[in-house]
Amino acid sequence: MEEKLEGIFTRYRENEGNLISILQDIESEFGYLREDAINWFSERLDVPPAKFYGIATFYAQFHLKPRGKNVITACCGTACHVKGSERLINSLVKELAIPDGEETSEDLQFTVEKVNCVGACSIAPVIIVNKTVHGKMTPDKLMKEMKTLKEGPKREYTDYI
Amino acid sequence: MNKDVSIKVCMGTGGIAAGGVEVMSTFEKALASVGIKAVVQKNCSMHKVGCRGFCARDVLVDVIVDGAKSTYQYIKPDMVERIVQEHVVGGAPIGDWLVTDDYHTFHDKQVKVVLSDCGEVDPEDIDSYLGRGGYEAVKKVLTTMTPQETIDVIKASGLRGRGGAGFPTAVKWDMAIKAPGPKKYLICNADEGDPGAFMDRSVVEGNPHAVIEGMIIGAYAIGAPYGYVYIRAEYPLAVERLHLAIKQAKERGYLGKNILGKGLDFMIKVKLGAGAFVCGEETALIASIEGKRGQPKAKPPFPVQKGLWGYPTIINNVETLANVPYIIRKGASWYAAMGTEKSKGTKVFALTGKILNSGLIEVPMGIPLKEVIYDIGGGIENGKKLKAVQTGGPSGGCIPANMMDTTLDYEALSKVGSIMGSGGMVVLDETDCMVNVAKYFLQFTQSESCGKCIPCRVGTKRLLEILTRITEGKGREGDIELLESLAADVKTSSLCGLGQSAPNPVLSTIRYYRDEYEAHIYEKRCPAGVCKDLLSYSILEEFCKGCTACTRVCPAGAIIGEKKKPHKIIQDICIKCGACFETCKFKAIKKG
Repeated sequence: MEEKLEGIFTRYRENEGNLISILQDIESEFGYLREDAINWFSERLDVPPAKFYGIATFYAQFHLKPRGKNVITACCGTACHVKGSERLINSLVKELAIPDGEETSEDLQFTVEKVNCVGACSIAPVIIVNKTVHGKMTPDKLMKEMKTLKEGPKREYTDYI
Repeated sequence: MNKDVSIKVCMGTGGIAAGGVEVMSTFEKALASVGIKAVVQKNCSMHKVGCRGFCARDVLVDVIVDGAKSTYQYIKPDMVERIVQEHVVGGAPIGDWLVTDDYHTFHDKQVKVVLSDCGEVDPEDIDSYLGRGGYEAVKKVLTTMTPQETIDVIKASGLRGRGGAGFPTAVKWDMAIKAPGPKKYLICNADEGDPGAFMDRSVVEGNPHAVIEGMIIGAYAIGAPYGYVYIRAEYPLAVERLHLAIKQAKERGYLGKNILGKGLDFMIKVKLGAGAFVCGEETALIASIEGKRGQPKAKPPFPVQKGLWGYPTIINNVETLANVPYIIRKGASWYAAMGTEKSKGTKVFALTGKILNSGLIEVPMGIPLKEVIYDIGGGIENGKKLKAVQTGGPSGGCIPANMMDTTLDYEALSKVGSIMGSGGMVVLDETDCMVNVAKYFLQFTQSESCGKCIPCRVGTKRLLEILTRITEGKGREGDIELLESLAADVKTSSLCGLGQSAPNPVLSTIRYYRDEYEAHIYEKRCPAGVCKDLLSYSILEEFCKGCTACTRVCPAGAIIGEKKKPHKIIQDICIKCGACFETCKFKAIKKG
């Protein structure tokens, strides 16, 4: 952990980075913004943690809680919306047992997140499963996809990172 | 056999999602396997190309044999072998798989400037761009023109900002060249946040060097040694190709110190947006590059006076910058000959929604909307009726079906209560509820409001609450008037463009579809059959055959009945998902 943080710190110094780039690096290193990582940087840079949290909570890209090993991203752009993305999301939340008001299932296997627009509107509705873009999605196709994921080997945190 | 063969596989995000990578590798294998008997076939080349716009037909593949080009649509890896055998080796294109006539109508009315090289050049290879006249414009301005002359050409071309507001590009550059300061910055705004717009992504993915070339020319014109591209992290492919293009441009001496030996220094850095719509606003974007919360500031001072790190800064949109090299190369009068009196040139639109041919299109300014919808777009999907066209995303409005004579230019669109915006164009059909559409956009702007100024933070929240209660059947008398007056307040008193334009979707839907609002409020009815709380599903006994198909798809277990006897929906359990309605073959489910 310490080593990874030092690595981020060096990158930050060399590239004249800023607080956003530090947070982006922490997020890609650990999958979410760990409290201890933020505190480490806060001490190192003499910047209060509140400043980090102010930025972290402003941007949609940052997450304060651990994320699931499988990340399913549902596009909520206008084209996807009029082509039924809401129904896809409802079926995902139900199928993957995502608790109310949360994005991630209790066993940390699945995260269902909504994004504004991934810019692939001509193949709407779009669902991204672990970084692979699937266009013209239907509830049936989606459930099949989820079934393979569920039956497949449980992913460890390391292979997500 | 010595054939000149080249294969171009569409590899934009749409192409890759449809299996472009597999198609490409299958081609490589299949060609290698026949290559054994045609060792002399040196000229066989494989290109990945960027988006050519018609993403709905992906994967699109060009097969060019001895100069004769055939384009295939909907290509899957298992079809490749036959194409190689019959077409490449045998010389006979496979007629059934070629693009149909409407592929050509899709392209016929388009005039391509920004997209002219997209789908032709390999975005990962600078030589491919150079081969089509790339970086000639940089050479031209650096060797034969002064910065002021460069600005004058842009001024004569009439180019206006393609990010939405349509501010004349040359006026912006002129202010920057006159702004005093030891340092200046040029920022390319690729934070394409509008839902339903993807032209900037496609341009960066399909032809990143044109954007870089435009930036170099802009930097020369205003005297900025540093440039940034602020791009959405949600566009991983675009980011990757941009980084690669910058690296290649640096290696060839188009970026860095003393460019082409002409004394110009210019470097580009890429900054990833962290996901905030408001960062499309200039001052918020600058705050975000500085590593802060992306909240807008009051103007003046404008960025051109006091921008990034306090220095004069120019922010141009991707499409604006990508136009620049073509204008320099072909001349201002060539560009100004296209379009209308006040809106010159072409505009790229993302044509999506309930349209037959969805994709990326580029048309001359001033083209009537109906030509875009019917000639290029091929009309409405599934034989439904057109209801409206939404332009300008969450800041724009809806243009109703009876106003399809409206032309696409800045002035005409604002006259009908919409805006050009960045170029999103979402087609809505008779099954779309306009109140729901307005609510959708308000949900978006409300959650993206940065919270700095009260009219936007509280105003969008209240607007959304009223819209929500209308769609839930709890609308009250006077709600429409309340929406109108609140919308006017939010518009006039918000700090930045987000709040000032957030009420537009509400106002434009009330303007043209007041009757739909009234049906929701007074009759508790959603005419389009979208708003769940105003809907109920029931089974028409006389049509029901008791096939049990609906029972099997019902996720809530709300349908009961014996086989071969009429079924029944238990209203208390029904979640109104509509699955039964879509499954029933006998039209026995009634919605309403």
